[in-house]
Amino acid sequence: MYDFTYAKPASLADAAKALGGDVEAKALAGGMTFIPVLKQRLNKPSTVIDLGALGLSGIKVEGNKLIIGAMTTHGTVAASTEVNKAIPALADLASNIGDRQVRYRGTIGGSLANNDPSACYPSAVLALGATIKTNERTISADDYFQGMFTTALNPGEIITEVHFSIPEKAAYAKFANPASRYAMVGVFVAKTTAGVRVAITGAGQNGVFRHAAFEAALAKSFTPDALNGIATPVDEMNADIHGSAAYRAHLVGVMAKRAVAAAQ
Amino acid sequence: MPQISLTVNGKPVSATVEARTLLVELLRDKLHLTGTHVGCDTSQCGACTVQVDGMSVKSCTMLAVQAEGASVLTIEGLVNADGSLHPMQAMFREHHALQCGYCTPGMVMSAIDLVETHPEGLSEEQIRHGLEGNLCRCTGYHNIVKAIAAAWPLMHNKALPVAAE
Amino acid sequence: MVVDGIGASVKRKEDLRFLSGRGNYVDDMNRPGQTFAHFLRSDVPHGKINKVDISAALKMPGVVAIFTGDDFTGVGGIPCGWQIHSKDGSPMVEPRHPVLAAGKVRHVGDPIAMVVAETKQQAKDAAEAIVLDIETLPAVAGMTAALAAGAPLVHDEAAGNVCFDWHIGDKAAVEAGFAKAHKVVRLDLVNNRLVPNAMEPRAAIGDYDVSSGEYTLYTTSQNPHVIRLLMGAFVLSIPEHKLRVVAPDVGGGFGSKIFHYAEEAALTWAAGKVKRPIKWTADRTEAFITDAHGRDHISTAELALDSEGNFLALKVNTQANMGAYLSTFAPSVPTYLSATLLAGVYKTPAIYAEVKAVFTNTVPVDAYRGAGRPEATFLVERIVDVAAREMNMDKVEIRKKNFIPKEAFPYQTPIALQYDSGDYMATFDGCLKAADYAGFEARRKASAAKGKLRGIGISTYVEACGIAPSAVAGALGARAGLYEVANIRVHPTGSVTVFTGAHSHGQGHETTFAQLVSEQLGVPHDMIDIVHGDTGKVPFGMGTYGSRSLSVGGSAMVKAMDKIIDKGKKIAAHLMEADVHDIEFKDGKFSVVGTDKAKTFGEIALTAYVPHNYPIEELEPGLEETAFYDPKNFTYPGGCHIAEVEIDPDTGTVGMVSFTAVDDIGRVINPMIVEGQVQGGIAQGIGQALLEHAIYDESGQLLSGSMMDYTMPRADDIPNISVGTEVTLCTHNPLGSKGVGEVGAIGSPPAVINAVVDALRDYGVRHVDMPATPAKIWALIDAYQPKMAAE
Repeated sequence: MYDFTYAKPASLADAAKALGGDVEAKALAGGMTFIPVLKQRLNKPSTVIDLGALGLSGIKVEGNKLIIGAMTTHGTVAASTEVNKAIPALADLASNIGDRQVRYRGTIGGSLANNDPSACYPSAVLALGATIKTNERTISADDYFQGMFTTALNPGEIITEVHFSIPEKAAYAKFANPASRYAMVGVFVAKTTAGVRVAITGAGQNGVFRHAAFEAALAKSFTPDALNGIATPVDEMNADIHGSAAYRAHLVGVMAKRAVAAAQ
Repeated sequence: MPQISLTVNGKPVSATVEARTLLVELLRDKLHLTGTHVGCDTSQCGACTVQVDGMSVKSCTMLAVQAEGASVLTIEGLVNADGSLHPMQAMFREHHALQCGYCTPGMVMSAIDLVETHPEGLSEEQIRHGLEGNLCRCTGYHNIVKAIAAAWPLMHNKALPVAAE
Repeated sequence: MVVDGIGASVKRKEDLRFLSGRGNYVDDMNRPGQTFAHFLRSDVPHGKINKVDISAALKMPGVVAIFTGDDFTGVGGIPCGWQIHSKDGSPMVEPRHPVLAAGKVRHVGDPIAMVVAETKQQAKDAAEAIVLDIETLPAVAGMTAALAAGAPLVHDEAAGNVCFDWHIGDKAAVEAGFAKAHKVVRLDLVNNRLVPNAMEPRAAIGDYDVSSGEYTLYTTSQNPHVIRLLMGAFVLSIPEHKLRVVAPDVGGGFGSKIFHYAEEAALTWAAGKVKRPIKWTADRTEAFITDAHGRDHISTAELALDSEGNFLALKVNTQANMGAYLSTFAPSVPTYLSATLLAGVYKTPAIYAEVKAVFTNTVPVDAYRGAGRPEATFLVERIVDVAAREMNMDKVEIRKKNFIPKEAFPYQTPIALQYDSGDYMATFDGCLKAADYAGFEARRKASAAKGKLRGIGISTYVEACGIAPSAVAGALGARAGLYEVANIRVHPTGSVTVFTGAHSHGQGHETTFAQLVSEQLGVPHDMIDIVHGDTGKVPFGMGTYGSRSLSVGGSAMVKAMDKIIDKGKKIAAHLMEADVHDIEFKDGKFSVVGTDKAKTFGEIALTAYVPHNYPIEELEPGLEETAFYDPKNFTYPGGCHIAEVEIDPDTGTVGMVSFTAVDDIGRVINPMIVEGQVQGGIAQGIGQALLEHAIYDESGQLLSGSMMDYTMPRADDIPNISVGTEVTLCTHNPLGSKGVGEVGAIGSPPAVINAVVDALRDYGVRHVDMPATPAKIWALIDAYQPKMAAE
């Protein structure tokens, strides 16, 4: 690891100022991805801005919205009574991110800011049509994800909260990469009054994406069988030592059906 | 260089560290608590697991400065003042849940957290899943799972409920 | 009667320190004035080193010294400990393996420079300031590419990238067997390349004492004396009395810590130059590209059978990847540790095997838990299963028909080995029963009702371990002896320190050996200490690998204790004024037969050291004996493993449902430790069969170079493992023990793959190469069911 200056600002304004004033400064949330990256000397920040003292952690329900603070850990989301009541699929998703040690420190905001193409959370945020609140504005999920490791966040912009509309039905089904246990294919399905949304993580060449054909079919009939015969384009899938594009395309279908079954 | 103060195994500790110093480096290199091990560099193996404010964390994936004000418990801090072992340590020995001993401190720290956070009971499947963050190359896990199931009643002072199948 | 002697599941002595964080691993140690080393390594698989410019790096903060390949010109290469001769009688091609790369780099991870600095980070920082001019050369990563006509050469002196082209067995007899065959079954197999991944990464500290001129190397080794011999005599020319090698607590080895590695020589040598201790600890990424890998064989096997299903002959052709350089025991692995085991537990009358060893631009490949025997067992047990199916025979019956019967021991195989004892029917029947083989069909149906494909797989095996008789090993190419040593020091008050050449890195020697001593000398467990891992304390011993610690090292202890008892009897005879032939030693007491006169072991020890009333004319004072034990034969553990799997046809995921093992490992000293050894070995075997694979791309980059991509078995990948034993005693060592360290890793992979193939019986699958990953299984299922649109 290269050395850096460490700062732990006490206010959002100070954190934004520190990050905005220095392009080499980097924000530290849970650090579960960022610290390994630093250890491999793949990143050389001037200053690491620890977001841990900004009071961004917490879970609340307001009307039909579940609001999760950006620094809320996966473990907290998984164990939260509010989340388990409002969107149990989200608690289930959080309970299978990384491992127990990672879930104590990894945060929803960190995961979304990093937008790893095999992270779990982006699929939930996109499928649930969540909105991402930052210190500057509110961004809809459809606008937020812009390809792997790329988001709509401006330099220095800090996620503060994620607002989820509570769906009628939702579920997440994940096929884990055998080695890393990240999502090789993760499918989040959500049925709301506005319709059905299906978001896929892990599989695509360009990060999390919505599956229009699945959504159309499920809008007609929200059953696993509704997905029979609907292919996922193989040429848009990732391929690596753990699975071919064809395998991933197939798994997208299998996991989508399992998610729909679980959401009943 | 940052100055940090924290509690380690119940004792207050102050140190001057580089910002890049990992918690595990503070423990091993500065405080000479070498029971906490490093087995990988991708946060997979869990040999470095310690408890920070009661939560098991991978000390190779946390900066020492992030532990400012925290209470850290390592394997060295588990042994009681009279030299007797924590029930988890005792059950690891009883059930031969360690061979080379390298993953053991992290495995024990993780297992304690697993048992503490499941007062309602723990099935074998839950134990196996709960060890996702800890690798052992020697034992095949069989005896580790047995040891954790055996430690549960000792830590909760009641019999381990048999999971309804 | 000794309560904690042979046969008792005594809790381990070493556990108290490991469980309380007081273990003493190399990275836990620090020497006064210590510096830190970082190795700058090649990131290209093959390249010509034009220039290594260290001038800027030398000016970096904290830098003490920087060494490159040019600095090691007066130093020997890293030696290979085993020489194989090709069919034509020529010795294997043995290219120089420089300590730091000289002229060329030959694999990703090849060390180019060593930076010594005041801190670890400073050494790393300075390494980044070294300017490399390396001209990338075409590389060969796989054996097929390496053996292709016109392939780039890893070493100019190894034409066609062939290290040796060896064979064993009676080719004519095999041809005759095939000529009269009713059926010939042919199978191509790959034994997948593995990364050992002991949880403790390698580490070492080189130290030099200016006043005495003595070097000390602290290192993560399974055999410190072997390191001292190889490094002192062949690389650095340091005489033994000026070189001490210490291997303290070692966090797992599995073979990967047998070998002498370049870093050990570099650190020791450089400590003498900078005159300060130098410490190096590998990180996991470094381990992936520097620790010797395991397996990596490609084989074709042909089995000839008569119409009744009797095996007539077996013919095998294997290519074995050596990597870029010959590691310490690499040449022995595919040859004398593998091909000689191709008889397995069967009375196949004729066997012929050819092995071509191949250089590639990859990390050296050497012994990994089982070393050659898992490869042989996988091949034999797979082809037997395929043969059963193609002969329409039951897989149980075909095995029983061909077993070497227990009356046939000692049994001479057609390929070199003579098995001393075994009862393969007993372990087989025991395992079938323990696994409820008879009830499988009902379980298969229950799985099918849930949409799952269930399979059961059987594997039987024999292995040759307890390595080895020195004369035999020498005749086969070993460049060292393979005996073991024990020194038993009885202290004046009767406590005992045992110095053993065996090394414990998880095996629990401090407990098992203490049980052995307790049993034989009648001394309580807590009065016995076992010392190992320090050439400064222990007489020259050979270390721990090949499941040899108890059968060879323990036998040396028995021999040394025999000498202690003999001497004790003489002292006792003197004290009790009896004839030495009337003295009996039992339960820790020397007594005069037929009388109630007796002296305790402690009294005799005290007399030996306070010889006031002592036969000083005939006997030296003191009570300390050393024995070197060189076995007469290998030992031959054997047994049966049964795996049961359930496949999810939608995803291809193979779930391990159960695993049952019944092994014959000879006499068991500590059943608890034995079970642990078997369970651990089986988990590694399951890892090989289902999860683990070191994959290089064509250019020579390791794609599975971290635990993010190399699948290590986790707790939820492994089932409960049922372990049983059926004992026949080894006939040629005093303990009757055969060895247990490797049986799990040897017997389990074919059991798992046989189960996977069995589960896929309705999908036209004849063979699955390891690892049986979900992607691979799904592809097989998918290929059989060509797209029926909907499902």
